[in-house]
Amino acid sequence: MTDQVTRGAYIHIPFCDHICYYCDFNKVFMKNQPVDGYLDALAKEMAYYAAMGPVKTIYIGGGTPTALNEEQFERMLSDVSHYFGHDALQEFTVEANPENLSGGKLELMKRYGVNRLSVGVQSFDNELLRTIGRAHNAENARDTIQRAQAAGFENITLDLMFALPGQTEEMLHQSLETALSLNTPHISIYSLQIEPRTIFYNRMKGGKLRLPGEDIEADMYGQIIFTLEKHGLRQYEISNFSRSGYQGIHNSLYWHNEEYYGIGAGAHGYVNGKRYANAGPVKKYISLVGKHGFSEASAHAVTVQERIEEEMFLGLRLMRGVSQSRFLQKFGRHIKEVYGNQINRLKSEGLLEECGDYIKLSTKGIFLGNNVFEAFLLS
Amino acid sequence: MSERSDSRQSHIRNFSIIAHIDHGKSTLADRILEATQALTKREMKEQTLDAMDLERERGITIKLNAVELTYKAPDGETYIFHLIDTPGHVDFSYEVSRSLAACEGALLVVDAAQGVEAQTLANVFLALENNLEIIPVINKIDLPNADPDRVKKEIEDVIGLDASDAVLASAKTGIGTEDILKQIIDRIPAPTGDPDAPLRALIFDSLYDAYRGVVVYVRIIDGTVRVGDTIKLMATGKTFEVIEVGVSTPKIETRDALSVGDVGFLTASIKSVHDTRVGDTITYAERPAAEPLPGYRKMNPMVYCGLYPIDTARYDDLREALGRLELNDAALQYEPETSEALGFGFRCGFLGLLHMDIVQERLEREFNIDLIATAPSVIYKVKLTDGSTVDVGNPSEMPERKYLEEVSEPYVKATIMTPNDYVGTIMELCQRKRGDFKNMEYLDDNRTNIIYDLPLSEIMYDFFDSLKSSTKGYASLDYEMDGYRVSDLVKMDILLNGEKVDALSVIVHKEFAYDRGKAIVEKLKELIPRQQFEVPIQAAIGLKIISRSTIKALRKNVLAKCYGGDVSRKRKLLEKQKEGKKRMKAVGSVDVPQEAFMAVFRMSHDD
Repeated sequence: MTDQVTRGAYIHIPFCDHICYYCDFNKVFMKNQPVDGYLDALAKEMAYYAAMGPVKTIYIGGGTPTALNEEQFERMLSDVSHYFGHDALQEFTVEANPENLSGGKLELMKRYGVNRLSVGVQSFDNELLRTIGRAHNAENARDTIQRAQAAGFENITLDLMFALPGQTEEMLHQSLETALSLNTPHISIYSLQIEPRTIFYNRMKGGKLRLPGEDIEADMYGQIIFTLEKHGLRQYEISNFSRSGYQGIHNSLYWHNEEYYGIGAGAHGYVNGKRYANAGPVKKYISLVGKHGFSEASAHAVTVQERIEEEMFLGLRLMRGVSQSRFLQKFGRHIKEVYGNQINRLKSEGLLEECGDYIKLSTKGIFLGNNVFEAFLLS
Repeated sequence: MSERSDSRQSHIRNFSIIAHIDHGKSTLADRILEATQALTKREMKEQTLDAMDLERERGITIKLNAVELTYKAPDGETYIFHLIDTPGHVDFSYEVSRSLAACEGALLVVDAAQGVEAQTLANVFLALENNLEIIPVINKIDLPNADPDRVKKEIEDVIGLDASDAVLASAKTGIGTEDILKQIIDRIPAPTGDPDAPLRALIFDSLYDAYRGVVVYVRIIDGTVRVGDTIKLMATGKTFEVIEVGVSTPKIETRDALSVGDVGFLTASIKSVHDTRVGDTITYAERPAAEPLPGYRKMNPMVYCGLYPIDTARYDDLREALGRLELNDAALQYEPETSEALGFGFRCGFLGLLHMDIVQERLEREFNIDLIATAPSVIYKVKLTDGSTVDVGNPSEMPERKYLEEVSEPYVKATIMTPNDYVGTIMELCQRKRGDFKNMEYLDDNRTNIIYDLPLSEIMYDFFDSLKSSTKGYASLDYEMDGYRVSDLVKMDILLNGEKVDALSVIVHKEFAYDRGKAIVEKLKELIPRQQFEVPIQAAIGLKIISRSTIKALRKNVLAKCYGGDVSRKRKLLEKQKEGKKRMKAVGSVDVPQEAFMAVFRMSHDD
């Protein structure tokens, strides 16, 4: 059965007991929220999607899933495993924040089959953690990861950030060293993007945010790739590094342009050729699920042209690149028939390389990825 | 002529409204239209006379308009009003003077708080030159800071008009409208022409209609024009047969004839607005008038710039669009031009910068063509060492220095009216813009008129803005052309990545060249985004580099961010980025954004 199963399930927990200054994901302060009503709706929506077929990966993200109390947390895990758990599940990830990953929650996750943790560390520099509005400190983060490892979680990924306000290359280097010393098989590292409707955005508009700038950001990115690769963590995507055999399976679904259920407030899904977004506000979400069993607020049937474009601008994020034979198999056309000019131009600019069956970013192309991705938009 | 038409002529009142921008001209026109029930309130969109979107947005009137209104006065008589709208900007002062010449009177609208402004003053003098009866209206008297007594005194001191009967009005609320209408009847004289004399009709505007050809707006001074008459345009000598005459009420109403005092339109299968120049006189082809009406002048463009489609494939669309605009705009001139940097485009001539802006905006908005506009230039008169003279309207065509005997540039006589407190600031500004102080007049206790001779190129762009910002908006400006003078001018070239970009060349005064070169180079560094390679920017006079800077190479733009499964978000970002690039012009190997071309101009005139 598992051979035909290609989909994943993303499940969103929008609650936080703390809002980070850079975050533009769908999230709310947990206080006074109808959390139990939300978990009821979530279960109902899971039932709706589970009926469409099984999944090979589950990813519970947020918000802050670990902001739920242990009772709510157990209830949620039990529902997820009820609807989507099966023996052949390849990956079951939960996002965890150091400040609220209790021993009890670790135990619950073990019990319900969670086999991968994504820990939101962001930095091991206490001053930077304060600057970006995180609730934990470096000590908590180290301690949490060691506790998780002791509890039997071996497949752990750390989320780190760079190009933060006030961050120097030296500070970044320190964080990378600490992260590596924890010996996790996977690290994701994202550069700070200032998005509208965040605290940082407002500070920036007020001229009160000092960012490192493009040159330092580029230096940092180079340093990250070098350092992580040196320690055996191979870059397999723009922001993701792993030991062999530990690439994130769920996130790879996105880059391989595969389908996934989006479940929970504000989650995005891609099912039967349709991309959709769920209602974001919690009360609206609960009421929609109550009425229809699902919460879709907008949807778009992906055209063939869009699917082709997405194959490229998602697939090229992977270091391996886009497979020409797979392209042909998926779309019935040769990649060069569709993108011959673009590929030639980008190759001549030194941004793309051809490596056997694969078209992939060059080292320069990794840094200037947007120039590459943009070229594959057809209209 | 019959008694009836005599009596009709005696009941006609032709007038314009003179006002500074924002002093309430359009609102007052709306009130008059309402009072004469030309339109019901429901039919009225606010500010009916400003028909084009652009006009309404900018709060200015570009195209003249004339309406015929019937007013039943409280005395029981019925009057025919012709309200002729005038544009409110210095670029169009000739057109203003012609529409004033079509009137016997004018309402002078002055803001009760702000008082008389230089622009108003200039138009009042135009009206006085045309012997118009002027009715002062003090508007916005309901504003908290209104000071009608001060404004009355100003009108008397500054313009020399008797303001004792000035109407106190609020066009917004309708206060004073009845009084205005009464004064129009009592004070503005009826037209005096002879209906039996050979036709003399003054053209004060024309517009192009796809079905009817050119629609000519006229004021009949003498004689009568009927459908079927063969008419002759006295300046161009062309003849046409009249197909249609009529008036706008403001709905279009056709008539059999227009006679003395009437203000309306005629069509005669005229193909081009260039045949019907504003200020020209229409007469009969068979029985022409002995003399045309006075005051006709051919309008010459004062400002030139190159317009290029960003997408070179749209050159033909641009030509067609300019052709369409030209039908409606007798002052617009254009001819094909080629730039090494920008490819095929057109060198276009305009009356002034506002006119230029309007044309550009219409091309982008109505015809959907993304444009690169090169820095506007005046026409330089260049005397060469071989004794010949050439006109240069494109800086990149300025001959090399060794062939130049001397270069002259156009000057204007600028009249700036300001509260006394700002006299020093304004004189400093004018000095900085290479001005020549001429005269200063104290108008009253707190206002001064300062007169400077200034190079047109210096006031073209931001002079007005600088003037406004350095005087908190109190100073106002009017200017008129004042001939050519020899100046020490040089051509400054800009090089991107070592290549001269002809479209970025500017003419600058030698003394300012170094500072301006530096400012331009720095500004370009700011505006041109990083490319995949390092791009040096240089400013040069001849072979001598006078300033230099470098745009660093693009280092990182990949979005290293976790978007979860939100693919539409990534797509939007990429689409936005691609859209931004479409609005850039590839100059050699460098992508240059639109703003950069204008910025050169802006910077070359800032200090």
